[in-house]
Amino acid sequence: MTAATVETGLKPSAARGSAARARLLRGLLPALSLVLVLLAIAWLNPRAISYFGFSLMLNLAIPIALATIAQMFVIAGNELDLSIGTFVGFVGCVTATWLKDAPLIGIAILLGSIGIYALLGALIHLRNLPSIVVTLGMSFVWQGLAILVLPKPGGKAPDWLLAILSFKPPFVPFPIMAALLIGLIVHLSLMRTSYGVILRGSGGNAAALRRAGWSLLKTKVVLFALAGVFGVLSGMALIGITTSADANIGNGYTLLSIAGVILGGGEFVGGRVSPIGAVIGALTLALAASPLLTFMHIPPDWQVAANGAILIIVLAARVLISRRER
Amino acid sequence: MAESNADIIRLNGAEKHFGAANSDIVRLDGAEKHFGAVRALSGVDFHVGPGECVGLVGHNGAGKSTLMHMVAGTSTPDSGRIGVHGGIEENYSVSRAQQLGIRCVFQELSLCPNLDVAENTRINHASLAGFGWRRRAAELIAGKLDEIFPGHGISASDIVGDLSIGRRQMVEVARAFTVTQDRLDLVILDEPTSSLDAHTAGQLLAFVRRFVASGKSCILISHVLGEVLRNADRIVVMRDGKVVASAAAGAFDRDRLVTVMGGAEARQKMAAEMAAKSGAGPLRVRARPAVQKDGVDLVARAGEIIGLAGLAGHGQTDLLLAIFNAASRARAGVEVTAPVALVAGDRQSDGIFPQWSIAQNIGIRSLARLRNGLLISARREAELAALWQKKIGIRTPDMNNNIFSLSGGNQQKALFARALGSDAGIVLMDDPMRGVDVGTKLEVYDLVREEARRGRTFLWYTTETEELDNCDHIYVFKNGRIVADLTRHELSEEKIIQSSFGDAA
Repeated sequence: MTAATVETGLKPSAARGSAARARLLRGLLPALSLVLVLLAIAWLNPRAISYFGFSLMLNLAIPIALATIAQMFVIAGNELDLSIGTFVGFVGCVTATWLKDAPLIGIAILLGSIGIYALLGALIHLRNLPSIVVTLGMSFVWQGLAILVLPKPGGKAPDWLLAILSFKPPFVPFPIMAALLIGLIVHLSLMRTSYGVILRGSGGNAAALRRAGWSLLKTKVVLFALAGVFGVLSGMALIGITTSADANIGNGYTLLSIAGVILGGGEFVGGRVSPIGAVIGALTLALAASPLLTFMHIPPDWQVAANGAILIIVLAARVLISRRER
Repeated sequence: MAESNADIIRLNGAEKHFGAANSDIVRLDGAEKHFGAVRALSGVDFHVGPGECVGLVGHNGAGKSTLMHMVAGTSTPDSGRIGVHGGIEENYSVSRAQQLGIRCVFQELSLCPNLDVAENTRINHASLAGFGWRRRAAELIAGKLDEIFPGHGISASDIVGDLSIGRRQMVEVARAFTVTQDRLDLVILDEPTSSLDAHTAGQLLAFVRRFVASGKSCILISHVLGEVLRNADRIVVMRDGKVVASAAAGAFDRDRLVTVMGGAEARQKMAAEMAAKSGAGPLRVRARPAVQKDGVDLVARAGEIIGLAGLAGHGQTDLLLAIFNAASRARAGVEVTAPVALVAGDRQSDGIFPQWSIAQNIGIRSLARLRNGLLISARREAELAALWQKKIGIRTPDMNNNIFSLSGGNQQKALFARALGSDAGIVLMDDPMRGVDVGTKLEVYDLVREEARRGRTFLWYTTETEELDNCDHIYVFKNGRIVADLTRHELSEEKIIQSSFGDAA
């Protein structure tokens, strides 16, 4: 009987081993697509693979990565944020005006906007509203506020922000270092801490969490507040790089951030997200969008189409991997 | 018996803080609960003492789950009082129940599929936090799994979504028995063996006996009456939101339980019926499992009920799916000569269209017949639904209600109606009776036999040996292969267990 038990235990664990292998393969897919894009760039223009080249090419990757992380927190709770792009634009406008001219007021506005994000989380949970509708509405609110703050392009980034973002560390280009840092910090706090488990669990099986006595209101508020925090960081980083602002500066970030999360191995429902994957996804999109197209002599009008093509290819590969394991 | 018990409860309910009842772990007085117009519980008195395993039986919809939700703190009674360890609880909640040592393993699984086993353990223990929590959680759950299910083959780092449904249930049960800072006095097990095979179910029930022997308590809810009769010290029977009987387990036997529950009493007649039938009809299915090397085929003829037995997850479902796929696209090793319909076992994920009405859920397999030109005829759909509502006894005021307005057993009936109402000559059943009450089961068994007499073929995978009594022929599976081929006369539980565990070289 015992021998039989051991044997029955073995076979399904082998099946589970293959499920784990499939997950590993799927987990490597974002990194693999990044490597492919890098190889293509290296082949088209070998000089781009250098300290200076990377600093230049990945410049805009930092705000995209931060916006992607913001989106990832929302997706981890089975919601979607359609306002992150205009929110980044709004933060950018505040950064280029208030934060430089009257830092205290600027900080208060930015903290207040994070508070609004937290309130949105509470509203969505308490009234059981679809987040897509709420954040779609909010996207117009942020856009309007941004135009109020900065009616025409202009403003200037605070000097300390410019100093941070033009930092040149030895050997490793700053954007790569920043991306590693962002990925690592978020990974540790969401994937390794005990409360991170609760946050992800709220996306996996909310009823189970409620039964275990956890507050779903709190998890939703925390997830949205974190999205607000990273949205603010994204907007500030963006202005630190572009040095001046425009009310429409962040508009493309909504779809970029969603694409980054999905490209990085996340799923729309079920609390399955990966912070490191999301950062890699953001880097891939940033690289594939402009540098690769420029080197291929394709006009920048095709940027969005190129991003779409990459997304479709990677998702198709993911489906193929999952299907083969069945 | 039930009445004298109720008197004692009322007596003690008056002076709750002292008295004989103080040793009770949990006690409910006159609990009532309404869901809209439906009265789920009408004045239930219920208590559990220390060192006691209370068996709770009743049909689906009798109020068992509602009552247990109250004991576990996940829902509050509209009126009535609840007391724990002798003190009255005014603001009873899940976290309060946890503090007081009451846990519940719910019938619908409450694990997060995106998290691993250790992380799921952490969810139930607020104290598993801070540095090194992951290692502590992993040790806690691994130790408990080893204790309850030796040889379980589950690692603490397995993602729950990758585990089979049986293993998930093992994790869920083991998790309920883990202890950190809070005390543990009472564990409610709601259908704990519904997804376990006979071997692991035995391991669990043996553990429950050890747990109870150590002075702790258990509430065991199960539709497998033998399980309750063998393992409970006291049995409480519910019907229509009331407790109708409560007595020591020795006072009941199977027949008496079924009678008190108000179940159908048509079990013996089928044996005679089955024996009368014989003769070989035309071949309907001939299938060989993918890993079968010795040339053994599963053969099903028209009018036969074929059982697929063995431990859970040993290739039965895979073969059913292979047959299902072969019906639409030819496959090597599988021969199918009639349209096929499948009754899924995991009805929430594989069976039901959650946003649809009952009638739509039934009609989906028969759309071709329901069509009127390019559109679906609402009238024909309603006719089909009405026919099967009557035939299979789906209890609802209106077949246009959402499918979720039905209780679990009635949802499963709707899925049967979908398969039986179609043109399918072959019906595949993937352990469809999981967690369904006895009354519903007996009704469906009758229907299956009746349809078989009319020439339909049934392939029936089941984890409950009793259900195999309905089959003409039984194939026992092990590691994806057919290891035994029994006729009805050869069938016995020992034989199946023997084949499931034996060396199949």
